[in-house]
Amino acid sequence: MDSYIIPVVIAQLALLIGVFFALQISAAVMVYVERKVAARIQQRMGPTLVGPYGLLQPLADIIKLAMKEDTRPKAADPILFALAPIISAAAAFTAFAVVPFGAETDLFGLLDQPIPLQVADVNVAILWVFAVTSMGVYGIVLAGWSSNSKYSLLGALRSSAQMISYELSYGMALAAVLLLAGSMSIREIVDAQAGTWLYVIPRWFVFLQPIGFFIFMTAGVAETNRAPFDFPEAEQELVAGYHTEYSSMSFAMFFLAEYINMVTVSAIATNLYLGGWHGPLLPEWLGWIWFLIKVAFLLFFYVWMRWTLPRYRYDQLMAFGWKFLLPLSVFNLLATAAGVLYFGF
Amino acid sequence: MDFNLVLFYAFAAIAVGATLLVVLQSNPVYSVLLLIGSFIGLAGLYVLLDAPFVAVIQIIIYAGAIMVLFLFVVMLLNAPREEPAPPGILESGMTRAVGAVLALAFALELAWALNHSRTLATTDAYDMPRSFSVPDIGQRLFQEYAFAFEATSILILVAMLGAITLAARRVAERSRRG
Repeated sequence: MDSYIIPVVIAQLALLIGVFFALQISAAVMVYVERKVAARIQQRMGPTLVGPYGLLQPLADIIKLAMKEDTRPKAADPILFALAPIISAAAAFTAFAVVPFGAETDLFGLLDQPIPLQVADVNVAILWVFAVTSMGVYGIVLAGWSSNSKYSLLGALRSSAQMISYELSYGMALAAVLLLAGSMSIREIVDAQAGTWLYVIPRWFVFLQPIGFFIFMTAGVAETNRAPFDFPEAEQELVAGYHTEYSSMSFAMFFLAEYINMVTVSAIATNLYLGGWHGPLLPEWLGWIWFLIKVAFLLFFYVWMRWTLPRYRYDQLMAFGWKFLLPLSVFNLLATAAGVLYFGF
Repeated sequence: MDFNLVLFYAFAAIAVGATLLVVLQSNPVYSVLLLIGSFIGLAGLYVLLDAPFVAVIQIIIYAGAIMVLFLFVVMLLNAPREEPAPPGILESGMTRAVGAVLALAFALELAWALNHSRTLATTDAYDMPRSFSVPDIGQRLFQEYAFAFEATSILILVAMLGAITLAARRVAERSRRG
């Protein structure tokens, strides 16, 4: 191995570990934000006791979960019951691997060649996210089946039916962006959004694809099983859905996976529609600050929506997905293709 | 030793091992999961062949979409174990003779195919244009192979219509009776 490669390899390993821990911390932060925002929306105070402003509440939650006994129903399938949360969590982490979060950097001249702020730059990155998400479905389905409990099974069936239905619209919305950018690498898609129109409006794809952005966010909420599409865990009907029988750290893994999936969807939406790390004022190498601001806004939007909108009925959800969102996304894709072909955006 | 070669043997071992276990163990749910493992091993091999697009599509369509349907069927039919063969069938001389002939035929076929593919690999395969980029695949699908592509689409559409017709007839019968 040549000597100049070694610092790059070390930097990339550091990046990998950094992203791994940042994702875990983001989940903890989201737990806190979710409880605080929920409390504010309902005119309560939220957690205040643990640490200043209750900031250490997620840490206390983690300790509580870790101290609990990990129970398993007697009739459960032991191997699959243990495997399901691992699949969920692993898929959540793996999907984020191809998401870039900043421009290339040489760490203030420490490195001879710049490295991208991203774990892996794959040229089929968008499809990779799809592939890994479709593997994540198995975590939920297996959790529901292996628990040998009717609530778990019903929750798992609902969840997978929902994810499969909305994946179509999700994919069609993405395809329109791919047409505009002419690439499947997320980094190239972000770079296609650099600059401004008329010196004021940033060249973000959200302005070219408002319908696509709406479809993407709606399908993204359905994919992550969040309110108003949180049927898999509709507590009034299904106790807790697919993770009813889980406790302690295996429950925590599902919880972690759900929040990381939210972060991933927000990060991808930021990269595809909101211009990623491109923004005014800050220099290029500080672009990751813009990225964090945009992701934080989308995550806040998620929480805001959960405590504002009531849950749909299950048949309404399916009708909405198949009869409204899918035709709309097909129309959006055709219109975009025509635009690219005849007007050359 | 070449790192790619190590990866090749690792992915090949996953694919072959998982596929063997699909047949050798008797729990259908495990079989479905092992088949997914085998598909992922194959996807790894595609990446080694410089075809990341095919690899990812393999995971999305086969390991993701089709196997979810398999899993649903197995789970909802609730078949935790395969039924053992009824007594007497495995012992009869006729079954054994037919089985032996079929196994021999299969082994010969396999040997012939492997031998054939090796000659193919040494002559044609490496002379082929090795471009598997997405625009290339798209252009070939919709220009060179447009007829085959459209014919396959129609075939799938026919199968879908057939499934809907069968399901709709059953629903109509039930409502007439009820």
